[in-house]
Amino acid sequence: MGSSKKQTAVPVRTKVPSPEEVEKRNTVHINAETVTNVTSTDFPGFYPGEDHSWDIEKFRENVRVVFHQNDPYEAQFSLIGVDASIANAFRRIMIADIPTLAIEDIFMWNNTSVIQDEVLGHRLGLIPFTGGKEGLHNFLKWYKKGETPCDYNTVELELKVKCENNQNAPTDSKDPKELYHNAHVYAKDIKFVPKGRQAKYFSGENVIRPTNPDILVAKMRPGQEIDLTMHMHKGVGSDHAKFSPVATASYRLMPTITILEPILGRDAEKFQKCFPKGVIGLEKVTKEEAKQKGSGYEGHEGELKAVVLDAMRDTVSRECLRHDEFKDKVKLGRRRDHFIYLVESTGQWESDAIFLESIAHLKEKAKRFEKMVVNMVQ
Amino acid sequence: MGKITKFGDDGEEVTMKETPTSHQPETQDDVSMADAGEEGEEGEEEYEEEGASTKVRLLPGSTPTAASFEFLEENHTLGNALRYVIMKNPDVEFCAYAIPHPSEAKMNVRIQTYEGTTAVEALRKGLRDIQELCDVVSDKFLEARNDFAEKKASASA
Repeated sequence: MGSSKKQTAVPVRTKVPSPEEVEKRNTVHINAETVTNVTSTDFPGFYPGEDHSWDIEKFRENVRVVFHQNDPYEAQFSLIGVDASIANAFRRIMIADIPTLAIEDIFMWNNTSVIQDEVLGHRLGLIPFTGGKEGLHNFLKWYKKGETPCDYNTVELELKVKCENNQNAPTDSKDPKELYHNAHVYAKDIKFVPKGRQAKYFSGENVIRPTNPDILVAKMRPGQEIDLTMHMHKGVGSDHAKFSPVATASYRLMPTITILEPILGRDAEKFQKCFPKGVIGLEKVTKEEAKQKGSGYEGHEGELKAVVLDAMRDTVSRECLRHDEFKDKVKLGRRRDHFIYLVESTGQWESDAIFLESIAHLKEKAKRFEKMVVNMVQ
Repeated sequence: MGKITKFGDDGEEVTMKETPTSHQPETQDDVSMADAGEEGEEGEEEYEEEGASTKVRLLPGSTPTAASFEFLEENHTLGNALRYVIMKNPDVEFCAYAIPHPSEAKMNVRIQTYEGTTAVEALRKGLRDIQELCDVVSDKFLEARNDFAEKKASASA
């Protein structure tokens, strides 16, 4: 449609910004009281003569992923070379749009404990569960409101506990856990009731169970009992936080610390203390450095100087900007296109799989809307 | 209240279903969404044929090169990402998105283009670019993850 008239104009030479200029544009300045250079400017027409149009090959060259940690329930990685709007879309999708299974309906047959039905129900709903991934992600489908619960859209759980006196308790004991059976009701007391084909997907190590078995659900005394059946459905975090697959999914921008002028001796030690451990290191000024004129190291051979070891560990507290001795000697910033993600799974997905799923989700969304836009025009 | 205008039906009014107590997705298309990653195309095709309700429409007052679009049940997640890729299009003069009211699940995108293309085409390109972008990020992520796992395995061995 739009590409009908492609003018074959003489190619205008496009200006390419120098690496220093790119670096400058990609840094958010963090000053003592303000932040500056905050918005991204990589759009066509912003810098005359430069080409900032969307180019997938250029994007492919620039974008990088670096892993720092990848455990099932906690992953940390850097996504470098994307805009905040894209990085934020992935983060938001991880929190609010990736489906998980959680307790949604409770049939309370009996509850004589002191914790009220609705409060108990709320507590149960928030317990994260895990189980066989194949069954959770592929076999189980959405439950439509009003639909008959079936093996492919509902998971049944049961909690049946009764508190009784422990006849064998030591006579001098004052601990309720010794004196009574089931004085404390834990998440691990919830039992999965397989229905239909569920036995195939959720048995043995794949059984549906609480991720953290020791969550305290209620306390009871002899004579009290809790008897209830629960239905779990799939849902998304935008409906209720209990459906969110992550405890946290967040990112921060990579901090930068630039030492502009040498910080030496006592000052260096003080400077190191302005940052968390491992951010600033102390090194001896070498002979060569001391020889160099105008380096600021002349006559300081053997003294300690402050060097940046690992800016990523910095919390950007800006403490160093509060001291006059470091004035104009250090510059703090953040890299605009370097996102350090922290994804903590609640157990139904592997942490890295949540991020992958968020990418797939965004793509799927764009694909669906593309179809709808085509239909809209027809 | 109680009546809404159904999209794609030229303003014909239909009774809104009773407000659900839960915002859980009820439509079939969300089903295809959930297993889209793993299960191939079959499920989606089915949906396309039966319930073809559209969630995007052109707002009144549009011209070919300047148009506003209304997205239903979308928020900042798609809005800001879409705004960014559309702004990256050199044929686009202006692009912005807004959520006019927080209690209405609607997101508007405004696109103005230079002569030679249309706002609809710019929107389509934006949506296509997002898909391309996702593929690249996905590839890079998998690559980095596997490298990391290999490194860890060789370090412990």
